[in-house]
Amino acid sequence: MHAINYESPNTVADAVKLLAAHGEQARPLCGGTDLIIQLRAGVRRPSYVVDVKNIQEMRRIEFSMQQGLRLGAAVPCIEIYENSDMRKYYPGLTEAAHLIGSLQIQSRASVGGNLCNGSPAADTTPALIALGAKCRVIGPGGERIVAVEDFCTAPGRTVLQPGELLVEFHIPAPARNSSDAYLRFIPRNEMDIAVVGVGAAVTLDPSDDRISAARIGLGAVGPTPIFAREAAQALVGKRISDETIERAAQLAIAATSPIDDMRGTAEFRRHVTGVLTRRVLAKAIERARAAQTSR
Amino acid sequence: MAKKVVVEANINGEPIEFLCEPRQSLLEVLRDVLELTGSKEGCLTGDCGACTVIVNGRPLCSCLMLGVEAQGKTIQTVEGLAAPDRLHVLQQKFLEHASLQCGICTPGFLMSAKALLDRNPKPTEAEIRYALAGNLCRCTGYDKIVRAVADAAQTLASGQQPAGHLGSGPSATEQTERFLQEQEVK
Amino acid sequence: MAASPNGHDYRVIGTRPVRHDGIEKVTGQAKYGADYNFPGMLYGKILRSPYAHAIIKSIKVDKAAALPGVKAVITANDLPALPDKMEQAGEMALNMSHLSANIMARDKVLYDGHAVAAVAATSPHIAEEALRLIEVDYEVLPPVMSVEEAMKPDAPILLPGLRNKEEGPDKPTNVATHLQFKRGDVNEGFKQADYVVEREFKTAMVHQGYIEPHNAVGIYNPDGHATIYCSTQGSFVVRSLSAAVLGMPEGNIKVVPAEIGGGFGGKTTIYLEPLSVLLSKKTGHPVKLTMSRAEVLRATGPTSGSTIRCKMGCSKDGKLLAAQIWMAYEAGAFPGSPVGAGAMTIVAPYNIPNLLIDAYDVVVNRPKTAAYRAPGASNAAMASETIIDELAEKCGIDPCDFRIMNGAREGTPQTAGPPYRRIGYIETVEAIKNSPHYKSKLEGPNRGRGVASGFWFNVGLQSSAIVNIHTDGTASVVIGSVDIGGTRAAQAMIAAEVLGLDVNDVRPLVTDTDSIGHTDVTGGSRTAFATGWAVYEAAQDVVRQLKERAAKLWEKKPEEVSFANGLFTAQGDGIKPMTIKELAGRLARTGGPISGRATVNARGVGPAFATTVIDVEVDPDTGKVQILRATVAQDVGKAIHPSYVEGQMQGGTAQGIGWALNEEYFYDERGILRNTGLLDYRMPTCLDLPMIETCIVEVPTPGHPLGIRGVGEVSIVPPPAAVANAIAHAVGVRMTELPMSPPRVLKALLSKRTRAEAQAAAAGS
Ligand code: FES
Ligand code: FES
Repeated sequence: MHAINYESPNTVADAVKLLAAHGEQARPLCGGTDLIIQLRAGVRRPSYVVDVKNIQEMRRIEFSMQQGLRLGAAVPCIEIYENSDMRKYYPGLTEAAHLIGSLQIQSRASVGGNLCNGSPAADTTPALIALGAKCRVIGPGGERIVAVEDFCTAPGRTVLQPGELLVEFHIPAPARNSSDAYLRFIPRNEMDIAVVGVGAAVTLDPSDDRISAARIGLGAVGPTPIFAREAAQALVGKRISDETIERAAQLAIAATSPIDDMRGTAEFRRHVTGVLTRRVLAKAIERARAAQTSR
Repeated sequence: MAKKVVVEANINGEPIEFLCEPRQSLLEVLRDVLELTGSKEGCLTGDCGACTVIVNGRPLCSCLMLGVEAQGKTIQTVEGLAAPDRLHVLQQKFLEHASLQCGICTPGFLMSAKALLDRNPKPTEAEIRYALAGNLCRCTGYDKIVRAVADAAQTLASGQQPAGHLGSGPSATEQTERFLQEQEVK
Repeated sequence: MAASPNGHDYRVIGTRPVRHDGIEKVTGQAKYGADYNFPGMLYGKILRSPYAHAIIKSIKVDKAAALPGVKAVITANDLPALPDKMEQAGEMALNMSHLSANIMARDKVLYDGHAVAAVAATSPHIAEEALRLIEVDYEVLPPVMSVEEAMKPDAPILLPGLRNKEEGPDKPTNVATHLQFKRGDVNEGFKQADYVVEREFKTAMVHQGYIEPHNAVGIYNPDGHATIYCSTQGSFVVRSLSAAVLGMPEGNIKVVPAEIGGGFGGKTTIYLEPLSVLLSKKTGHPVKLTMSRAEVLRATGPTSGSTIRCKMGCSKDGKLLAAQIWMAYEAGAFPGSPVGAGAMTIVAPYNIPNLLIDAYDVVVNRPKTAAYRAPGASNAAMASETIIDELAEKCGIDPCDFRIMNGAREGTPQTAGPPYRRIGYIETVEAIKNSPHYKSKLEGPNRGRGVASGFWFNVGLQSSAIVNIHTDGTASVVIGSVDIGGTRAAQAMIAAEVLGLDVNDVRPLVTDTDSIGHTDVTGGSRTAFATGWAVYEAAQDVVRQLKERAAKLWEKKPEEVSFANGLFTAQGDGIKPMTIKELAGRLARTGGPISGRATVNARGVGPAFATTVIDVEVDPDTGKVQILRATVAQDVGKAIHPSYVEGQMQGGTAQGIGWALNEEYFYDERGILRNTGLLDYRMPTCLDLPMIETCIVEVPTPGHPLGIRGVGEVSIVPPPAAVANAIAHAVGVRMTELPMSPPRVLKALLSKRTRAEAQAAAAGS
């Protein structure tokens, strides 16, 4: 690895100052489970690494039914699934966090890092898209809010400008009859990167078993994570049925633009997008129904 | 070139100060600076678990943590597992069950298994397999490793039956689901 | 006391003691190659080709050499040029120029990752940065990635000097060898057959996947001697090959074998070792070289991918009549695939009267293959064992019964060589047939059960052993076979058995090349068999000498002293039987210390067979295959330490399952390896496998004093075919390509569905 300088600020302001001062030459370090590999491979060669894990504001999980969720970008996955609010109100995001890598990786990897790495296959990103999560980004010029689905611009690239830092996610409180789910396909049972990942959140209208709101996020089936708008839209106002779900699955497939690689062929990815969309919707619906009684 | 940095950490119960370059991983610091070569390098990408150590109670890949990040942390490595006069029960059970062939993966498995038993003293076979899924072993097919961990748990629980049945493992998805269900119950 | 099948009662053999080197390995004290550090040590790194096939026009190293901290840069020009012909290196006949060019490319790079230069520096990071400063000018050539492409008449030629007998001395070729094996008349055999099945199979190149990357520390002394510390399966091989590549006398190199973190055949040759010595010679410091995982995958010795066309026929009542096979294996960049072994194993479990096998060793722009656990046999069995399953199905005969009917027994002719002596193939099939697993019912949709068998020769070769008796009556066993999976314990057990000692009173020690006689690799499943034989003989030598001493004390002739159950006795007044412990205390007064020694060139090796049953469940929507249950039965001759024998059976089965399902070298169209890490080279994790049940079958090898057969390899052979057969019974598709990864299985399922729909439509119209 090339020589690097390491900084570990305690506040967002200090972190932004450091990042701004070194511009392209600086890179935030969170769990390091992607960055350290990239440094070693020479894929990224920043001269400053700014460790943001010691910034308390980026390490918090705050939830209330009124405000929804503020999830610090540097919270490691393990703290997400150890948090009872997360498990109860955001089971899909929680399972995405629980699926990333091994336990060893989950001790370090964060949702913010997962997103900033810019990989189309990040597990938590489709789950965040499904939840309608927004990113709070702070930079030298101030603060801005970016929807998760707009965050990634190309493989390995995001909207973050030099000096900008993803500080936290804002996620709305779940509506009364709603829930989310995330499923991915991998060839083994552990340790793989998603070949396809699908996250879905649904809200039900309990009076007549209709879907009143839905969002679907797709991973690993295009150059960036995908918000499958049409697929979700096709569910809204519809009664839950195999046909409704099948139509959403077909529209989800239509939203993909996958490639052939060592993890799977494009043809396979399209097919599995349909399979997982059906399965994840069934799961989210089942959970939303259960939420009606449990919450 | 970036200057070396002084880092203070507690390693295997000892407060330790070491000097390292920011680009050195915790694994390099352990092996090359502190001469604790029990933690092994198999991949440097977080995929094999041979470098697993426990930091502030959590298992992680020391190849994916910088040495400088160890500042103020409590770190356990395989060298700190045994008491001066006797082996840790996991070490004992690994030997009794012939859970190692070449042994290169063993330190990592021991640390992952210790982290598991520290937080879940009565794991099922499925939980054991899940907790060890970040550690690759190419020699054993895992059978004897899983048995050793189950036996160690049983021994620790002193005389109680080990939870779970030794059959085939569930998929990760099932495992996650079970995990979520268990958490909801608690 | 463990009863043995050949009528012996053993006291130690067959028990399960804790291995002697266990404590060091569970406490992190054991020293593997990468754990060695020396004062003043430098770190080396290797620059590797980013192209699959290119001419090296020039290499400029001055910028790298000028980087502060860099102490030396070497290229192939620093190694002696060796003749392009087969030569003897120690025991092996090898083309030395190929060996040397694989370690460091001379004028051509032949695969992605081929070494072109090496650097030594004061830190590994500096060495790595220096690599970025080396400028290599390449002329890129078209890569040849498959045997089919390589065998085309107009294929680009990899090695301009390569010729084969058939095409003659004037024709450059990529086909290094064509072998043919023939028996009876296949045409006649197929004519008689009621059922004939023919299919083409492809298997992907796969890696041994040992968790420890290759390593070497070289220390060159100004007097011309050098020491190499490394993790290897064969310290003597490292010595002779390194000497040849460096142009040094063999005796000037000492190899100290470190603990080894897995090898499976992949650490039976050299890569880094001579370079560490050369860099040490240039710098005057010890130099450590270690590979990254990407280097291991790109540039060590995986095993061949292959194409196999297999046709077999049988009568209605299930009698195998003929087999015709065409097989071509990827050798990698230089000749030497295990296709010969593939050919000789492919139908080895069966008695087939008519046989014709054509086998081709083909060079391609991939890394030079090395041995991998029963090299060549798993590819081959994927083809033959699938066809056997189909023939059994056509005949309506249970797959175990079909194998028992046609199975090889004592006297059955081998594909090449004399008829089998006593072997235990049928017993392994019977063990599976009678196993709780096979007798259990497999229920539920998309589930299926598959059976397959495998054969491996095993090897004997040379070993040396010394057994020392200490004054307290304990013993040490000194051997040159590195311990890759618990063989120290087995050697100590053999000595303890012979000497009547407690196993913990025998210390096994693996030593360096200066301290023990020549010992071939730990490989070919030979360590318990051949080194165990040497230890047995060395211990017998100790007993013989001890008898002499007892005779002296008792004033008897040595022949009058007998030894049994740990006691020396003789007839006569006042003679009290003595234990070894008692006798050992009196050695000084009866003629001095005692060491027993023995060397063997072990002949009469007994081949090994295994039969495996695997249950799977296939996800019909995604093509993903789950392994539900697996049982392996293997003839081990005599299990010295049953736990480690089971461990070999389980480990081989796990590797075979990985080969079956997800492991493969994935090259892009430019011949660049895309999956250079363990994230995408997908070996089974703990969650991918069930417990692996074992049935140890013991049919002793005739002639071996303990009846041992090698146990290390054959269990890897059946799983790919067993999984394929299980998939066929689960979902009705015959998979003919490895790995049977989800995209492939799904594709097969979807095309089956399309076919079925088309048929239904046709039937309906
Ligand atoms: S070396 Fe750290 S996970 Fe493999
Ligand atoms: S014992 Fe060799 S890798 Fe696990």
